[in-house]
Amino acid sequence: MFYRENGQFKTSYRADQQILPISQDRLAMAIILVIAFAVVPMLASDYFFRAILIPFVIMALAALGVNILVGYCGQISLGSGAFMAVGAYGAYNFFVRIPGLPLIPALILGGLCATVFGILFGLPSLRVKGLYLAVATLAAQFFADWMFLRIKWFTLDAPSGSVSVASLQVFGLPIDSAVSKYLFCLSVLAVLALLAKNLVRSAIGREWMAIRDMDVAAAVIGIRPMYAKLTAFAVSSFIVGVAGALWAFVYLSSWEPAAFSVETSFRLLFMVIIGGLGSILGAFFGAAFIVVLPIFLNQFLPLVLGLVGIEISTAGISHAELMIFGALIVWFLIVEPHGLAKLWATAKQKLRLWPFPH
Amino acid sequence: MLAVAALAAGLSGFSSSAFAQAKEQFFPLLAYRTGPYAPNGTPWANGKQDYLKMINARDGGINGVKITFEECETGYATDRGVECYERLKTRPGVTIFDPQATGITFALTEKVPTDKIPLITLGYGLSVAQDGMAFKWNFPLMGSYWTGADILIQHLGKKEGGLDKLKGKKITLVYHDSPFGKEPIPLLQERARMHGFDLQLLPVTAPGVDQKATWLQVRQSRPDYVLLWGWGVMNSTALKEAQATGYPRDKMYGVWWAGAEPDVKDVGDGAKGYNALALNTSGQDPKVIQDILKHVHAKGQGSGPKDEVGQVLYTRGAIISMLSVEAVRRAQERFGKGKVMTGEQVRWGMENLVLDQKRLDALGFTGVMQPLSTSCADHMGSFSARVQTWNGSKWSFSSDFIQADEQILKPMIKAGADKYLADKKMTRRTGTDCQS
Repeated sequence: MFYRENGQFKTSYRADQQILPISQDRLAMAIILVIAFAVVPMLASDYFFRAILIPFVIMALAALGVNILVGYCGQISLGSGAFMAVGAYGAYNFFVRIPGLPLIPALILGGLCATVFGILFGLPSLRVKGLYLAVATLAAQFFADWMFLRIKWFTLDAPSGSVSVASLQVFGLPIDSAVSKYLFCLSVLAVLALLAKNLVRSAIGREWMAIRDMDVAAAVIGIRPMYAKLTAFAVSSFIVGVAGALWAFVYLSSWEPAAFSVETSFRLLFMVIIGGLGSILGAFFGAAFIVVLPIFLNQFLPLVLGLVGIEISTAGISHAELMIFGALIVWFLIVEPHGLAKLWATAKQKLRLWPFPH
Repeated sequence: MLAVAALAAGLSGFSSSAFAQAKEQFFPLLAYRTGPYAPNGTPWANGKQDYLKMINARDGGINGVKITFEECETGYATDRGVECYERLKTRPGVTIFDPQATGITFALTEKVPTDKIPLITLGYGLSVAQDGMAFKWNFPLMGSYWTGADILIQHLGKKEGGLDKLKGKKITLVYHDSPFGKEPIPLLQERARMHGFDLQLLPVTAPGVDQKATWLQVRQSRPDYVLLWGWGVMNSTALKEAQATGYPRDKMYGVWWAGAEPDVKDVGDGAKGYNALALNTSGQDPKVIQDILKHVHAKGQGSGPKDEVGQVLYTRGAIISMLSVEAVRRAQERFGKGKVMTGEQVRWGMENLVLDQKRLDALGFTGVMQPLSTSCADHMGSFSARVQTWNGSKWSFSSDFIQADEQILKPMIKAGADKYLADKKMTRRTGTDCQS
């Protein structure tokens, strides 16, 4: 009853095609944005920013990028960690080698490096698909691991292979406090999420989805598979690359290739699958599930067990965390194979008919 | 549900800081009891914890200030380590962080100056951080990878009958392909240039279970010595591979992280003759270990199995806690006995440690480690180690204490620290800063 669209008439195509056609959605989005940009910075603690919100925001951005490739275009990729690494090291090299280069151009250039890398490793997608492609993109992961460990040029000959950045600023404002880091990442996420949402609604997004649903049929109606697949790889790796640069610059500020290991690729793929394939919102749900839930379990379990008087060891918590987390993934995927975003959509659908379902 | 989860995580973050209580010195303990490095991380974490428990039980804390602690599991992963650091750093009375991983150390090095909490990296971490004038908050006490590598080369030189005899010899470094394994390379290259030995670098991908290709190369090139820079499962794998390859174990020399019981136990006789550096002794004889057994384990409060008390890594954990506790004690001497010290005050204490033989004896660390004293310019305190050899059932020392050569290290540390400062657009500390 609170979520009803009768009475909201569209009189132009423009109005009919806006991102959020229902006024309640627009209101909800405005409230969310106000909370994210204004209320949270006033309330959250330093720990909450640095350990939960910033990683969540950056990983949501990365998951968004992966979702474009995997969810919208159906090209399963296990190389997302590599695209993040290329973004991070690319941005780092531009940032350090060009004195006075501002942060945002450095991030964009890092993203563009990842784009080139993504297109290169997207080429096999023209010949192989599905699981075979997943394995082919795994090559990107191993190649990036090798490249950043072995080619010293990328790390400016750092003896330990670990690089770091300092004194970040945007338009003269220093990005060093937790709040400024959070707001900066959130702004990047908001801008890129809006762009991504519009892209997937546009002609190119429809081409991606056509390729995903049946590539032969798509080719028959005049969609060029090469163009569609490679643009998906390009856009996706750009976003993932920017996320990687943010992860390195803003979250870790000093990193080594292990920060973007194959585990990152897996985590990103899980985020997309659990969040919901082919849904921008799903990227957020997935990132929250994968990033926040383990940390939450890690702190919540000893608290709960402490209430009933059970003392649990650090290793015990860690194991329990993994078990519960794994069980939840399985349970979610059985209950809703289309991910958390689908659950949300179902809830919305039910709210529309409430209290008189038919 | 996720919103609730996130909220609750936040709340637990808030509520834990509400435990604020006076007169408690809080020791955040980063540890890894799970993951590929758990066999080595666990005894280390047990030793750290047991020593703190013992101080509470035996002495009632540090001059009456009770010690509290909490463990946080990092799994050796940098991002989880950063999360742990952020979670624990805001606790009242937070003392010092020991990240227990080189990767986490690198990330935290960027963060501690703003949070004003010292970082103790005993025998690991950034080698250049020995320069306290550049790295105000880092304390690589008792040795870095550069001193370790230097000591090994000196030992090999002695074995050959003089460092000049190393000319033309072939020395291979088999290393964990991470900042941890790469750290000794600059020093080894410097030494190779000086003495004219041939240095071969063979990386092993983390965590180090797959070394077939590496040992194939060892078999081909037949080096005179193999230096092993491994951690966790990589060490025992390397020993097994050496056995399979037929490479003599007595020509293998590990860093001090490759010289503990978990590394050789599974290999047993196959590891016989294998050498590694030793920062500290092992065994249950020292008084401090006896005290831990008496005050902690006898009361059923031990953190691990009783028979593992006093192992190499366990003892090293106890040393780390002892040095942290002594830093607090030293700080209290200046800033007020019986008070809870802040991170800044503990940093001063860390920088002015004086642990001579008498003090070590009083602490029960007789023979366990070398005396150590730190200063503003030197954050390492002591840089000597011994070589130990595995005889199939236990470690025994096979060399005297060897000191790293300062003549070689000093210019390298100075240059490295200067480069770090230049990259960060920072300046060296001044003499007056040393008094603070």
